[in-house]
Amino acid sequence: MQSFEYRQAKSLDLAVQNAGQTTRFIAGGTTLVDLMKLNVERPASIIDIHGLPLDRIETTSEGGLRIGALVRNSDLAWNEEVKQRYPVLSEALLSGASPQLRNMATTGGNLLQRTRCYYFRDTNYKCNKREPGSGCSAIDGHHRIHAILGTSEHCIATHPSDMAVAMMALEATVHTRGAKGERNIALNDFYLVPGTTPEKENVLEPGELITAVTLPKLPPGTKSHYLKLRDRASYEFALASAAVVIQTHGGKVQFVRVALGGVGTKPWRSREAEQELHGREANERTFRAAAEAALKPAKPLRDNAFKVELAKRVLVRALQTATQTA
Amino acid sequence: MSPSHDSEGSRPVFGKFTRRSFLTQLGAAGLAVTTAPLANAAPAAPQAEAETATTIPGAVPVTLKVNGQVHRLMLEPRVTLLDALRENLQLPGTKKGCDHGQCGACTVHVNGRRVNSCLSFAIMHQEDEITTVEGLAQNGELHPIQAAFIEHDGYQCGYCTSGQIMSATALLKEPVGKEDSDVREAMSGNICRCGAYNNIVAAVQQVRRSA
Repeated sequence: MQSFEYRQAKSLDLAVQNAGQTTRFIAGGTTLVDLMKLNVERPASIIDIHGLPLDRIETTSEGGLRIGALVRNSDLAWNEEVKQRYPVLSEALLSGASPQLRNMATTGGNLLQRTRCYYFRDTNYKCNKREPGSGCSAIDGHHRIHAILGTSEHCIATHPSDMAVAMMALEATVHTRGAKGERNIALNDFYLVPGTTPEKENVLEPGELITAVTLPKLPPGTKSHYLKLRDRASYEFALASAAVVIQTHGGKVQFVRVALGGVGTKPWRSREAEQELHGREANERTFRAAAEAALKPAKPLRDNAFKVELAKRVLVRALQTATQTA
Repeated sequence: MSPSHDSEGSRPVFGKFTRRSFLTQLGAAGLAVTTAPLANAAPAAPQAEAETATTIPGAVPVTLKVNGQVHRLMLEPRVTLLDALRENLQLPGTKKGCDHGQCGACTVHVNGRRVNSCLSFAIMHQEDEITTVEGLAQNGELHPIQAAFIEHDGYQCGYCTSGQIMSATALLKEPVGKEDSDVREAMSGNICRCGAYNNIVAAVQQVRRSA
């Protein structure tokens, strides 16, 4: 690991002021320390923000929920408000990583976790995300775990987060503090697809810090569910997952939000699926039509074509489960 | 090896050797014997002296509270909690497996919660209460989880065991369901290559049922 200058943040203002182009903020460390050991991350300086008072979960004046950036994944997953009002988020968190990692990982850090693409993590290989312009080793290499939605000829790396997929379906807003002040960014606009610049994964400026995430209040009677499919029963990243937030009335879909994980270069909101569902009978035929619409833009490669059908099935099953629960 | 900290903690001693100090000295002696015929020039300084004489550029004062003892160390910021425990505090009960948060062998408690010590810098834990497997037994009495692992043979080679035990002891205070499948899920962050999982689950369940 390359050596670095370490500083403990005394306040949020000082943390942001002292952050430079080659600074990384550290909180839980579960992504950053891992990638520093691999020489994928080589920050010249690190600002330790884990002691800042950004660890509260509060109800907002509009009836939503404000989650501090430093709330640990385990605390968020077991929070009573989250379990009752946003079960999709609790389920997504508990399906990710291990209990130890969830005790360390924070809300802000989870949003910023980096891809598990083998080639990104191994400096012996070309990777446009790690070394812009060097090429993509995955497109012609082993890409069974890679993305089928939002890809480009420069990058097919999958976004690894489960939490962010649930937050995408919950239409979360990211709150940041940077040199230019505070920003509120819709989560869907926060993430970028790779295009020609896969090294840019989100709209954060250098030194800009996530301070909180807010979730809006859901319509009364809304159900939500997260379903994750993977190579083993636990402690594994998604091959395909679905987060659904749905409200039905008289058997018809009144309100619905759909996001997919494990298949996109970013946590993947599917407005195509939502359009298919809205106003229709909440039954398997409708759900299947929504799944077909969601995966229509998919661009599978040699080894990950199975994800197209897998993602359709995970979405259908998630919608069935969410609408069946009393 | 002379410890460079102000701990007075007692560690298991067999005669005048700990298992580790015995192996370390055996290793050094073995090396001396095999290289002696080739190295007829000046004898090398004993390893322990050479190590204590070294100063580390970039090291800063770091205070850690481990198993109730306060230790003052000089560490580089990039030293992980795992390496500080093993290499600087001579607490090698915590194991290094993958060193990337994938195996759980390095699990310790920070303020009562289980974490992967390999993915955390020691310098970030100066206000924390750290517990390692060496700190579980109280007044010579094994923690019930430790005793249950012995009773149920919850290991084979033993390398993952301290991490398994640190996870299992933390699990007792977590909202984990009653079933064996709940325990398996809650223990999924600890990999056992020997496959002692059935016995580990049995050990954990025995303690939970008797609590």
